[in-house]
Amino acid sequence: MKSLAELAAIREKMKDKVILREGSGEIRVVVGMATCGIAAGARPVLSAFVEGVSKEGLSEKVTVSQTGCIGVCQYEPVVEIFEAGKDKVTYVKMTPEKAAEVIEKHLKGGNVVQEYTISNAIS
Amino acid sequence: MKELSLNILDIAQNSVKARAENILIKIDETEETLTLTIADDGCGMDAETVERVMDPFYTTRTTRSVGLGIPLLKLAAEQTGGGIKIKSVCESADPVNHGTEVTAEFYKNHLDFTPLGDTVSTVAALIQGAPDIEWKFIHNMTGGSVELDTRELRGVLGEVPLDNYEVIKWIEDYLKEGYDSVS
Repeated sequence: MKSLAELAAIREKMKDKVILREGSGEIRVVVGMATCGIAAGARPVLSAFVEGVSKEGLSEKVTVSQTGCIGVCQYEPVVEIFEAGKDKVTYVKMTPEKAAEVIEKHLKGGNVVQEYTISNAIS
Repeated sequence: MKELSLNILDIAQNSVKARAENILIKIDETEETLTLTIADDGCGMDAETVERVMDPFYTTRTTRSVGLGIPLLKLAAEQTGGGIKIKSVCESADPVNHGTEVTAEFYKNHLDFTPLGDTVSTVAALIQGAPDIEWKFIHNMTGGSVELDTRELRGVLGEVPLDNYEVIKWIEDYLKEGYDSVS
């Protein structure tokens, strides 16, 4: 059974760590979660990023957050990646599978997955 | 929307945007009906705005001129023979007791009833997206109920934010266990 005691254990474990709040990481992954995004399948994409970033040990440098409508509803689910000193990367028509690839290649490897970007979708 | 839980995720975002501090998501099920209540203590709306949010061509957003959240919920309810109600008290009208309550009633045995779907992922996504809000989730079913109150979690977690992945995972597992013990 899940118990509140497990939460106390998480608190104990976190005691010595710097607690990161939204926007404090070097890289920000922002998932569009307005009506358009949700209807197109943004919820499992968000889950994939939240889970994947933690499992790959990227929590220290990557934060995952949510935003409203980005304005390109036909390309939802849309995920934007912000990194200091670099151009924003906009991934479109995302799926949990594509999210796993972006985590591996872009967030871990530092290489933009061009195939899934908006510029690739438009051209 | 493919699942009502996605409508819930969508509508609750309105409460977040209304700067609510407390948001309640309540689902009451009987054999025949499902009643969804989303209530917040956010900035509220005046009567004219309440009228207009039912209209698919009204939105407060500026990137696009169509707001579909409430109209989609209304459609999902009405196509089962049910409907929705919105009660709202604007902050300017009552600086203390303001907020919005959206209630939607569905007839579950109707052919066009949209299944509730994955409420666990919806609650997890909402808390991950707005970890500073106090969320209360109550799902009453004929066989029992599932509940979560972030106030209780925060009491144990102290300074650890609710959007910490291990906390989100705990929330998901806790709710899943709750559902397993009901069904």
